[in-house]
Amino acid sequence: MTEAPSQNSFLKIQTPDSDWYKRRIIGLFCFVLPGFTFLLLRLFYLQIIDGENFRRLSENNCIRLQSIDPPRGLIFDRNGQLLVDNRPSYDLSIVVKDARPLEGTLQHLSQYTRIPLELLREGIDKSLNQPSFKPVLLKQDIGRDVLAALEVKRFDLPGIVVDVRLRRLYVKSLSAAHILGYVGEISADELKSVKYSGYKRGELIGKSGVEKSFDNYLRGERGGRQIEVNVTGQLVRVLKTVDAVPGNNIYLSFDQRIQKKAEDLLLGVIGSAVAMDPTTGFILAMASSPSYDPNMFVDGFSYDQWESLVKNPSHPLQNKAIQAEYPPASTYKIITAMAGLEEGVIDEKTTLFCPGGYKFADREYRCWKKGGHGTIAIGRAIAESCDVFFYQVGLRLGVDRLATYAKAAGLGALTGIQLEQESGGLIPTSVWKKRRLGVAWQGGETLSVSIGQGYNLATPLQLATMISSIANGGTRVLPLIVMKIQNASGETIMEYQPQIKGYLPVSTKNLDIIKKGLWEVVNGKSGTARIAHIDGIDVSGKTGTAQVFSRKADSENEARRAQHLKSHAWFVAYAPSENPKIAVSVLVEHGEHGGSAAGPIASELIREYFTEKAK
Amino acid sequence: MFDRRLVQNFDWTLLIIALLLAAFGLTTLYSAARAGFDTTQAFYFKQLMWYGVGLLIMIASFLVSYKRFDQYAYSAYAICVFLLVAVLLVGKLVAGSKRWLVFGPISLQPSELAKVAVILVLARYYSRTASIKGMRLRDLVIPVLLIAVPVALIVKQPDLGTAMMILLIAASLTVFVKIEKRAMIAIGSFGTVTIPMIWLLLKGYQKQRILTFLEPDRDPLGAGYHIIQSKIAIGAGMLSGKGFLKGTQNALSFLPEHQTDFIFSVLAEDWGFIGSATLLFLFLMLIVWSLNIAHGCRDAFGALLAIGVTALIGWEVFINVGMVMGLMPVVGIPLPFVSYGGSAILSMMLCMGILMNISMRKYLIE
Repeated sequence: MTEAPSQNSFLKIQTPDSDWYKRRIIGLFCFVLPGFTFLLLRLFYLQIIDGENFRRLSENNCIRLQSIDPPRGLIFDRNGQLLVDNRPSYDLSIVVKDARPLEGTLQHLSQYTRIPLELLREGIDKSLNQPSFKPVLLKQDIGRDVLAALEVKRFDLPGIVVDVRLRRLYVKSLSAAHILGYVGEISADELKSVKYSGYKRGELIGKSGVEKSFDNYLRGERGGRQIEVNVTGQLVRVLKTVDAVPGNNIYLSFDQRIQKKAEDLLLGVIGSAVAMDPTTGFILAMASSPSYDPNMFVDGFSYDQWESLVKNPSHPLQNKAIQAEYPPASTYKIITAMAGLEEGVIDEKTTLFCPGGYKFADREYRCWKKGGHGTIAIGRAIAESCDVFFYQVGLRLGVDRLATYAKAAGLGALTGIQLEQESGGLIPTSVWKKRRLGVAWQGGETLSVSIGQGYNLATPLQLATMISSIANGGTRVLPLIVMKIQNASGETIMEYQPQIKGYLPVSTKNLDIIKKGLWEVVNGKSGTARIAHIDGIDVSGKTGTAQVFSRKADSENEARRAQHLKSHAWFVAYAPSENPKIAVSVLVEHGEHGGSAAGPIASELIREYFTEKAK
Repeated sequence: MFDRRLVQNFDWTLLIIALLLAAFGLTTLYSAARAGFDTTQAFYFKQLMWYGVGLLIMIASFLVSYKRFDQYAYSAYAICVFLLVAVLLVGKLVAGSKRWLVFGPISLQPSELAKVAVILVLARYYSRTASIKGMRLRDLVIPVLLIAVPVALIVKQPDLGTAMMILLIAASLTVFVKIEKRAMIAIGSFGTVTIPMIWLLLKGYQKQRILTFLEPDRDPLGAGYHIIQSKIAIGAGMLSGKGFLKGTQNALSFLPEHQTDFIFSVLAEDWGFIGSATLLFLFLMLIVWSLNIAHGCRDAFGALLAIGVTALIGWEVFINVGMVMGLMPVVGIPLPFVSYGGSAILSMMLCMGILMNISMRKYLIE
């Protein structure tokens, strides 16, 4: 294959005697030669002229890198009360290469620290496969007394290094543990994930709660030093330093005193209490019982301790306020009432009859009140929580219309609070059942659903946002646990503003009918939560008793049941009834009746909130 | 159809230089691979295997006359661009950048092959358009596009070192075929106007990254520290080195990337000035010999191909060795023949094959 060269093509120029081409090649060579000479001169300088110096540096390996941990951001309550702090911890390490003679050094060390010699040897054996100039951690957090002893005997201990590291201190130990969370070493899986790209092995990261969700704000930026050390590994001079940038401080939305009150009220029971400002969504308290001490994760615990924490049937590590799902039970009647009124299947005056049970498809669906409520309209049906009334409203609506209203109230979906691991609960529809279980919806199931049983599931936080939107006149707000974030010099870098997530599809008139019923629950003659009445504070609310076990005609007596089969007790409330300032949702596992078990906790919490306010 | 003269004219000198460099490279890698208590020498054996494949590719690439490469230049280029797009879509993410295509046990770095592909298309284009007067601005539109596409894709990975390398090779070829004076002035003034403007548009952290790139000391915990350790390793080699496998900077894992970008430091510590100067001399011989091949070639495409390959080898050696001695910015440029990496070895052996191809056919008139 030949190509006809054009007039001025290269091919024509380039014949063996073409001067032009030769000149260009020589030109190239004139670039290459000085380039290589330059490299060679540099090589000569490094290896021959300055070689002696570099040889010495390489033999001691004396230029090292030391990282400087940034102090992690602190966490405060809304009034600036310190909840999470950092404290110094003295960590004992050995640089095997510098600890000569090794055996003698270890014997001295064991003598001064009272750590058995075998344990020290074990620590070193474990790290045999790493370079000998890297420090091996022997014991964390040795305490000031041991540190003082080591400082005095420093010359008997070549290669022994004590590093000061900051450790987390959860100031209030058990309090707010689920909100704050805890920190731990990053795991192999987390290191691989995109979320933690840029994190290093051995780094401490938030493992749950605010520590986890706000890790990128709290962690700060690592700094470091280039240092020169002598033969025994002691610092000779610092060559260069990059300062660490401390993490940002976080201010939470609650007042520690109210948080503590909520926790105290739950002492001895399994359950959860959530209080929030119904207009802003700021969480005023979020307690989950039983709790744990996050300091255990800092100090390290034994296998037994860990196992008792994980295997405990009441799940102390779980934040029940956002992670545990329960049937909303009769608190859900608020939704059924709203849907019934809005869809026009009932109005304020519609009366239905409750003989104590309702027959549907050859089955008897019972009301909680054996004798029945007689002829009853919406107001008293809410106040006395009549099941039969709401069975009939539910039947008139059908499951799917009901579900629309539940979803509009934020049920069956994440509330979006700034905490991870939240559960979304469940609002069943006929399509959902068909897809999930492959079976068509049964009419009888609508009855269960309309009183908040059946497949319905909700978290205490979801019900707190639901009752908040009733309380504030129909606006669904985003619950917020973090109020603001400040950098270490005190400038606010982030301030969370209340955020509207949606509106309840309900008219003011119908909402007032429901609110009147909720007022009757606490203040009416025959309300189910008269126990929650507080003198001087106008409380409205709704009880709920979630069956763990389906209610059979012959097992009516709850008291005779085994503890784990007893119903869960709910109470959702807000106060004052006009212009409410606080909305509360309380769940007590196996507490039996909503009114008696959960009601007093809610009203005590509300009382505490207003006495604090008065101060 | 096989011409006996091809065997007579085979370039044994080039083969010997290439084999010497390969031997140097494998020996050094053997020493480097022992660091980090990795006693398996996995890197060494993998590299040996890549050299085996590389030899086959080298032979394959001188069997067919290079004049045929002219026909397939654009197809090869298109395949490379396709691979570069593929790597962005399905490539493996390592340390924040997507550079590798993984096929079972082997992974390929298409950006290494893109270097050769760009040389091929530019050689083809310039062999048809170049003249004594030099290139006019409008002649440069197509080459600029041909260069910009792979460079942009590689920047996206991101692999700034390789992108810069392609720009350097392309610029060398373009300057070699000569640019008209007026065009030169236009390009120069365009550059002086736009570069400060781009700088103003960059965000704070991007500026920081570029400044660190130019001055490693700004990052004393990362690049700056690596350069110090690398200089200590090289300097500690002194005249005759610490001896094979005796380098301590390497053995104690003080050297970063000791199998790849910083492998010259391993060699310098083991073999001292004598060893490292010998390696540099071998590279110089290779470059001079390639220029000689370019000089002897009688057609423009072959000559430009040889010049392009020479530029590739020359720039990689200069930048890599300059970097480890603290003279250049810290970039991920491999040292030809020595650094660990399958794709780099394959493209280097392909380059050797191309040079042999041109060299053995200089007396053939078709």
